[in-house]
Amino acid sequence: MAMAQKQSQQYVTIKGTKDGLNLILDDSCAFRDVINDLDDKLSARHIQQTEGHTITVTIKVGNRYLTIEQEETLRDLIQSKQNLKVDRIDSNVISRDEAEEERKRTTVKSVARTVRSGQILEVEGDLLLIGDVNPGGTVMAGGNIFVMGTLRGIAHAGAYGNTDAVITASLLKPSQLRIADLISRPPDQSGITDAEAECAYIKEGTEISVDRVQILTKIRPNLTRL
Amino acid sequence: MGDAIVITSGKGGVGKTTTTANIGTALALMGKKVCLVDTDIGLRNLDVVMGLENRIIYDLVDVAEGRCRLHQALIKDKRFEALYMLPAAQTKDKSAVQPKEMKKIIEELKQDYDYVLIDCPAGIEQGFQNAIAGADKSVVVTTPETSAVRDADRIIGLLEKEEGIEAPKLVVNRIRNHMMQSGEMLDVDEIVSILAIDLLGIVGDDDTVIRASNKGEPIALDPSSKASIAYRNIARRILGESVPLLSLQEEKGVLTKVKKFFGMRS
Repeated sequence: MAMAQKQSQQYVTIKGTKDGLNLILDDSCAFRDVINDLDDKLSARHIQQTEGHTITVTIKVGNRYLTIEQEETLRDLIQSKQNLKVDRIDSNVISRDEAEEERKRTTVKSVARTVRSGQILEVEGDLLLIGDVNPGGTVMAGGNIFVMGTLRGIAHAGAYGNTDAVITASLLKPSQLRIADLISRPPDQSGITDAEAECAYIKEGTEISVDRVQILTKIRPNLTRL
Repeated sequence: MGDAIVITSGKGGVGKTTTTANIGTALALMGKKVCLVDTDIGLRNLDVVMGLENRIIYDLVDVAEGRCRLHQALIKDKRFEALYMLPAAQTKDKSAVQPKEMKKIIEELKQDYDYVLIDCPAGIEQGFQNAIAGADKSVVVTTPETSAVRDADRIIGLLEKEEGIEAPKLVVNRIRNHMMQSGEMLDVDEIVSILAIDLLGIVGDDDTVIRASNKGEPIALDPSSKASIAYRNIARRILGESVPLLSLQEEKGVLTKVKKFFGMRS
């Protein structure tokens, strides 16, 4: 009886694409029902798949919010079937905390002041500093750093590991540049810098390179957020 | 109700005490009632520069601890009726006074004097906290050396965070003109551009300043010295006059003037 009822209900829709499988899960029923239905469907379907060939799975959960445990259960269930690998789980909903994190990570904080010796200015997203960073001062950002002034102190972009982060300044005369976990310092006898706006980025994953800002259009197209 | 101005620098030996003594003397020359306060407890020397060492009976710590009344500890200057100083104690250390007590003393002095100039010790520890506790305005002294400018920058950062103190003003001291011209020393424009605060005055490096300090006669008393004019100009700017910056340039030959006329660099 119960078996018949379950099968009549479509909680899980499976679609094949050229990239793998799309699992579309109903978002208005109990999570347990989805899991049961999914288990049945995958067990049945699995037989038809060719052996030894890994298939990536994208899960779309619609307007359902998955807790970490639920996500775990879902991944475990799918991964337990041979040949299936979860690529990502798409949900239309995120928690308030996640939204707040996301907002912090992606906003550009603008600050108008001079960062003086001994001061540290840290933001989670991008930093737009309208003013100078003096020697002995430090600016840190989870994302990019843009200084509308002279950067004479230390700048650390991508402080939480983002290697795509860049540093730009109207006048780049830093004592140190740091991006993610790379550190560079200008050669001891530099002195000569033209007053053109410059930027620093990680080149080929191994070293920090300094160039004109115009180059960013090419190497970091994601900087444009229109 | 007067103004309390703290004179500070972060780094030692850049001329805080000399600046305090001379601005105070220059203000007194202009007829203002001035009280100088030495907050460098344990290493006092404002009294020496002012030539008042042998008149000290009570000091700042005595006042703070209630062993005497404030006016008993004040020493009248030899030369001016309206110039007084409150000496620091030599036997204690900086922790002998708390910012709260300092604030009360400065508050009391402001009732009677037009200007209370507070000579700050070097460093950013308790002595500094004490010195700035009662101040409404601040003057940062630096010299054209990278290390002094770095410390001045740090101090400016700390002063800017302090509520109740106006944006600090800058005095660049001990300028050696020939070194600045040859580019061996930071020039004034560069210092002002790094520190990004208003320039209150510049003072040249002058042997007469040291000679005068040793004699206990502030240089500001001697109208023939360039440094004296510089300090008097600073005092006038504190009073709100607008005085152009003194040229430190020595008299130039005809050739350099001609070159300058044609916009050539000498």
